[in-house]
Amino acid sequence: MSEDKHHISSYSSQIWILVALLILTIFTVAITKVNLGPISVTMAMIIAGMKATLVLLYFMHLKFDQKIYRFMVTAVLVLFFAVLLLTFFDYYFRH
Amino acid sequence: MMESVEHQSHTPAHAHRDDTASKIGMWLFIFTEILLFGGMFIVYSVYRFNNPTAFHIAGEELDDFVGTLNTIILLISSMTVAMSITAIQRGNKKHAVLLLYATLALGIWFLVNKYFEWGVKFEHGLYPGSEFLHQLGHGDTMFFGLYFIMTGLHALHIIVGMIFLAWIIVYIKKGRVRQDKFIMHENAGLYWHLVDLIWIFLFPLFYLIH
Repeated sequence: MSEDKHHISSYSSQIWILVALLILTIFTVAITKVNLGPISVTMAMIIAGMKATLVLLYFMHLKFDQKIYRFMVTAVLVLFFAVLLLTFFDYYFRH
Repeated sequence: MMESVEHQSHTPAHAHRDDTASKIGMWLFIFTEILLFGGMFIVYSVYRFNNPTAFHIAGEELDDFVGTLNTIILLISSMTVAMSITAIQRGNKKHAVLLLYATLALGIWFLVNKYFEWGVKFEHGLYPGSEFLHQLGHGDTMFFGLYFIMTGLHALHIIVGMIFLAWIIVYIKKGRVRQDKFIMHENAGLYWHLVDLIWIFLFPLFYLIH
């Protein structure tokens, strides 16, 4: 069904994604220059997550491809965060 | 068998082609890469949690400017790859090839910056197993160990990605990648975007957070 018409991203849409990514990059650099303490780590990671989402959805075409790919990527990310969370529980309560 | 070359759609042109399966295969490979780097990100987080001061001081050794420049280079190269896929889907071979050459040039620029960046570190006596690092202590050794392993493995992926993209250029020229048959080009693009994706997280973790 969705394979019959293959979505072609326009050049202009790709330029806009790049602009968004560059703005977010400048924003991260700026936010870590201002010393916000531990919040800056969280902020930097949130912005990195936003940039990664843009790359995955638009450049890697997940937004336009069949749902199966999105489902698989989500499953892997859930697995990764589960491992991260469990590791942190372990280290946090070990002391 | 080959008479359906003019087929405009993405559906298999003949019985032996399955683009969906091909792309799923590429994604499965990408997942192994995500988990490989993901594991190293977890190691980084744990050691940072255990050695906050050493990581803080060691992080200031890294050059923010080179890090930012390389981030911009990779982001632009990701766009040129995405655009080259658009070009091939529109049947514009010339644009597709030019955009891939641009991507390769950006990849080389990234590696040249990395070469000089590492060179400066080596001059300062900062390299895995160095006497100077040993004197600095456990935390710094961990930080620079992870820095060299993770950025080194990432640079290796840049090289592999460039070989993959160069191969696509050859295939476009030979007509084996074309308007109605571009799955390999898409898969090479996915690999290149993965390399960008990893850098998006490496950059703040090593260069920005002090």
